[in-house]
Amino acid sequence: MLLAGGQGSRLYALTRDIAKPAVPFGGKYRIIDFPLSNCVNSGIDTVGVLTQYQPLQLNEYIGNGQPWDLDRVHGGVYVLPPYQKSSNSDWYTGTANAIYQNINFISRYDPEYVVILSGDHIYKMDYSKMLEFHKEKKADCTIAVMEVPWEEAPRFGIMACDEDHKIFEFAEKPKQPKSNLASMGIYIFSWDKLRKYLEEDEANPDSENDFGKNVIPAMLANNERMYAYAYQGYWKDVGTIDSLWEANMDLLNPNVPLDLYDDSWKIYARNPVMPPQYVADGAVTRDAMISEGCIVEGEVDFSILFPGVIMEKGAVVHDSIVMPGSVIKAGAVVEYSIIAENVVIGENARIGCRPENVEDKENWGVTVIAKGIHIGKNANIPAKAMIEQDVLEVGSDDE
Amino acid sequence: MMSKTLGIVFSNMHDATMGKITENRTMGSVPFGGRYRLIDFVLSNLINSGIQDVGIITKSNFQSLMDHLGTGKEWDLSRKKGGLTILPPYGRHEATYYRGRLEALGSIYSYIRESKAELVVMTDCDNIASVDYADVIRYHREHDADVTVIYKNKPITKSIHRDVITISMDENKRVNGALVNPESTSGNVLLNMTVISKRLLEKIISDATSANFYSFTQGILQNSNQRLKIYGYEFKNYVADIKSLQSYYDCSMDLLNPEIRRQIFPADRPVYTKVRDEVSVKYGINAKAKNSMIADGCVIEGVVENSLIFRGVKIGRGAVVKNSIIMQGAVIGENSTLDCVVTDKDVMIRDSRTLVGCKEYPLYIEKGTAV
Repeated sequence: MLLAGGQGSRLYALTRDIAKPAVPFGGKYRIIDFPLSNCVNSGIDTVGVLTQYQPLQLNEYIGNGQPWDLDRVHGGVYVLPPYQKSSNSDWYTGTANAIYQNINFISRYDPEYVVILSGDHIYKMDYSKMLEFHKEKKADCTIAVMEVPWEEAPRFGIMACDEDHKIFEFAEKPKQPKSNLASMGIYIFSWDKLRKYLEEDEANPDSENDFGKNVIPAMLANNERMYAYAYQGYWKDVGTIDSLWEANMDLLNPNVPLDLYDDSWKIYARNPVMPPQYVADGAVTRDAMISEGCIVEGEVDFSILFPGVIMEKGAVVHDSIVMPGSVIKAGAVVEYSIIAENVVIGENARIGCRPENVEDKENWGVTVIAKGIHIGKNANIPAKAMIEQDVLEVGSDDE
Repeated sequence: MMSKTLGIVFSNMHDATMGKITENRTMGSVPFGGRYRLIDFVLSNLINSGIQDVGIITKSNFQSLMDHLGTGKEWDLSRKKGGLTILPPYGRHEATYYRGRLEALGSIYSYIRESKAELVVMTDCDNIASVDYADVIRYHREHDADVTVIYKNKPITKSIHRDVITISMDENKRVNGALVNPESTSGNVLLNMTVISKRLLEKIISDATSANFYSFTQGILQNSNQRLKIYGYEFKNYVADIKSLQSYYDCSMDLLNPEIRRQIFPADRPVYTKVRDEVSVKYGINAKAKNSMIADGCVIEGVVENSLIFRGVKIGRGAVVKNSIIMQGAVIGENSTLDCVVTDKDVMIRDSRTLVGCKEYPLYIEKGTAV
């Protein structure tokens, strides 16, 4: 069960009209491709995707599941929005409530175990190994954890475990963390137990119907068998502009252990129907990822261009992400920015700024241009700006 | 209208002129344009013209073609009605290994007869262009033609001077003659794309079987142009005419021209192909690329100039690839130099090798070779 209904409000303009899991990532993917591909590669062939916030693009993207080999005769991928019931119809009020409202869906498959995932993390993980661990420990609930730097621990759900990996304490965003084992938002439950706790949680009017805040603490309080499954490898929550930018840039870093070229664990995506990219005479493509359909006449350095991006002569993109179909016109300079889909950056415009060129270092940040925005000629968009409306052309340079 | 049209693709025609490239594959499965096979352009033309019922005639070496096409879903040809049908030889008990186009059609006679189509579009895989058959069919109907053949007026260079057929027409574009491999240096060259009514095609096939002739050119274009109303439809845009390794090389290099690219890949008429789930191209810190087409899944650490790089190619540090076509899955070792080379699939060039052909005689490296 893949939780994909969140708004992703900390991605601001990027999730104005698409759900966070549908945000483009890493050249030709969307965030949801990672958990979906992990499922398929782990041998999970029935996946429910719970949607709520701005689901149109996500629905269209998932379609019949064919790109992930999830167009199955038995099982496959199902998009599960909230729906009307004979009594009390409601939006999904929390992560646990979303699963609660789909108890009937899950029961149709009569599973022994249910894997709960979130649609906003970038990582590669074999859930079947975690399930083996769950079975071996005869656990009721297994939570995937990883070590995080101590200073970051207060941002996560933190587990305290004994030597057998049994969890004895769980604290959601603790001020004084007792360990640095953070929950990755990946749970395996034995279905009978989960069902019981979901029903109890729903009956409790004070509950926020959230796994981290309510269901997990309730299970712990009742001494259920809860285990922590230690994950080692690359994992990144891409819930903020900075972390989204960083996670993209990580793909260009040879020292980051997220190998997209590993044939045994491919990340699948709905592929664009476009010709190969064309790199013109005079272009610079250094330390970059560039996708199909791009036409590069300018300079790309330490950046990611998504499919169908057009860069005219003299355009410069440094340390940036340019999402599908955007056009960077001649002479425009884009630095430390995220350019969303189908944006047009006018001639000689300047977008974003490198940190060393900013006086007020505290207020430096990645610049974001929202989907479909047109930035006029010669316009200057400062660092950390978030542009959600067209910006008009500015008089020419020699004024 | 178009739902009543059947597409028939000859995947093996012209195999013989291509040398080693077609040793283990059909003409239709020859890789072209970075991420395509020739048949992708042919099928996409049919789909983009609304033709959803397509039979592919194969003769030999068609395993790679079948692997590429699968159920046809990537071309949206996995249909309940119609869709993609692969027609291997020996489809009928008495069928033989066909010698000519009409004999090939004879072996799929029942497939054609059972189709509900009114018109049939027949095409080979040697001429690569973005063709709108809807327009050709309109022309066919306007002229009340029995047969419409598509041609292009162009030079006949040495590199395509094999299997070339030119036609002559009267002032109304009615065909009154055809020549095979003419001596002239230019002419109205057939693109081997033909529109014909299904009923007439059936009759021609059964006549050909009983009279024992098998060549469409001879039997129809040359001998029946008085009896049948055969019209020529002039195609004016770019056509890649692939008849030899040399013309394959030249046409591939043509794709580096932006105007030709626009004509081969019009934005509103996409070219579909098999999805391989490759990563975007990754350029290393010392990578340099210019005037090149590079497909997904490549990792470029060296220098690429005036070249076509297919999917999943790795070019090592310090390597220089110029004026070359590197097909899928090749590994070019560090500090190697390739100039005017065509490497077939999965070639491995070890470190510090130098391979040089020339533009008029590119060096071809066979599939799977390690150098």
